[in-house]
Amino acid sequence: MDRRWWPSLAVLAVLPWIVPSSYIVHLMVQVLLWSFIYTGWSLMGRFGLVSFGHGAFMGIGAYVVVLMWNLYGLSPWLGIPLGIVLAVACAVLIGYPCFRFGIAGHYFALVTLALTEVVRSLIVALRDFTGGSLGITPTNVLTDGTTWSITALQFADKKVFFYIALAAWAFGIWVWNRIDRSMMRYAMEAIGSDEQASASVGVNVTRTKLTITIISAALTALGGALFAQYQQYVNPETVAGIGVSLQIVFAVIAGGMFVRFGPTVGAVFTLLLTEGLRVGIGNKINALDSTIYGLMLVMFIIYMPSGILGKLFEKMRGARA
Amino acid sequence: MQFFDIFLLETILNGLLFGGVLALLALGLNLIFGVIDVVWICYAELMMLGMYCVFFLHKVHGLPLFVAFGAAIVVVSVLGVLLHVLVIKPVLNGEPINQLLVTGGVLTLLQAAATLAFGIDFRNLGIAMPSLVLGEISLPWSRIAAAMTALVAMTCLYVFLKKTYLGTAIRAISQDRAIMPLMGVNPAKIYLITSAIGGGLAGLGACLLVLQYDVHPAIGLSFGPLTFMVCVLGGLGNMLGGFIAAFIFAQLISVGGFYFHLEWGYVMAFGFFIIMMFARPQGLLGSK
Repeated sequence: MDRRWWPSLAVLAVLPWIVPSSYIVHLMVQVLLWSFIYTGWSLMGRFGLVSFGHGAFMGIGAYVVVLMWNLYGLSPWLGIPLGIVLAVACAVLIGYPCFRFGIAGHYFALVTLALTEVVRSLIVALRDFTGGSLGITPTNVLTDGTTWSITALQFADKKVFFYIALAAWAFGIWVWNRIDRSMMRYAMEAIGSDEQASASVGVNVTRTKLTITIISAALTALGGALFAQYQQYVNPETVAGIGVSLQIVFAVIAGGMFVRFGPTVGAVFTLLLTEGLRVGIGNKINALDSTIYGLMLVMFIIYMPSGILGKLFEKMRGARA
Repeated sequence: MQFFDIFLLETILNGLLFGGVLALLALGLNLIFGVIDVVWICYAELMMLGMYCVFFLHKVHGLPLFVAFGAAIVVVSVLGVLLHVLVIKPVLNGEPINQLLVTGGVLTLLQAAATLAFGIDFRNLGIAMPSLVLGEISLPWSRIAAAMTALVAMTCLYVFLKKTYLGTAIRAISQDRAIMPLMGVNPAKIYLITSAIGGGLAGLGACLLVLQYDVHPAIGLSFGPLTFMVCVLGGLGNMLGGFIAAFIFAQLISVGGFYFHLEWGYVMAFGFFIIMMFARPQGLLGSK
């Protein structure tokens, strides 16, 4: 994070104390956590590595932390790193052969889609431990008036989690910045426009792609774990599977995957849209909100593929020129 | 449980029948990819709409089953054309990945729209078909009929592609889309026809599946990923490869599900897919 961002971060940090209801704090935590995950995805997406495998990484992060806590009493402080390591191992297992043998574009998307489905079916198949499609709740330690537990990473007050989510989000942006200013960015951009040509001038294609995939998977797994800790409930459909992968991809596209705060704008936009439609229309008409959401997604990809923030920047640049 | 018994044989036969239907589904997707170079991620959702079409025409409006089947095929075929004109065409010259994503958006849209229109209830035709009993093996007729129809449809498509002028034009476009316009073939027209055929195949798949499965808005998710895997495993656009891959997949799911649990069959099939992608990234019969 740049030094000039500190004031805005400070303003964000005060927000939960001035907003009128804990519902808004809840929305803000959601936005921050999803923004973090979306930012993690866009690290790959902006270089043309479109992965549908992030549902798998998120699912691994979320389920490992919950299962370790429930089955072995392992604190999330150890469970989260374990989940990240497992997700990274998965990413390497899939990524290395893909990059080594030049699987890209449609094929890469479909291979990673298969990974997501493997993880989701595994979660369902291991229903004796994972609760299957019904999902699972981490053992709650907040009984008898205890309002917080650091070892269990459970807090009755949403504000505590707000700060955790804010830190995660700022960390995600920091990683984005670091990569944006690194040599890796130039290498990835070269690979994105012509893989063979960049290899011929000395770019190690496999290693560069693998590094970015590992970082992206690790962030997503961390996001998944934090999401599980915040929600105190995981379900194969909400943290793993093709639905989550598509949700991630679309939100990033809506916001703009080539600009730093694009994924964040995407998270704000999609959440406001779904919540707004839900509150506006209510639950009387089933699924009208997701129908409108789906329609907007299609419109976005056809008419505004650079996303809201990307388009805005293009406009501003055009006005200045 | 014995290692090999009569139930295993029944499982394998059921797997073969399932493979036939899967092969038909993969065929439509492969045809579209081969000709238009686009993956319809929402292919199984078109099928879901076809299944609803059969359900409503037959069960609610009381039309004869075969009329409902014919109508469903036409409806899904028209949907295929609409999908091409409204969604694919605007992005046809854009980033290739946008074409993948836009049909993914249609997936979300169709699934939500179906929930909106039909609710989340599981519906079935309520037709109980007898089973073919051979000794201790019993195979449901609905599955046999489905596999047979799939085979017939695939043969018809093969003859159409090989023997007619239009079929030759379709194959030619898939081989060289830059030269064919010079030879007097209008690619835009061929794309429309291909979308109609692809949609029609999805509609036919819907008719075969609605006999065996309940229809609900999320049914596409049970068949969609499977169909892509089959196509990619066979080599995207390679119809014979897709045919073989369909039977391999169906056996893995069927036998894996027999020894362990149905989900484990899927885990095995997807795992096998990932391993095969590294062994033969171009697909079983694909060429580099």
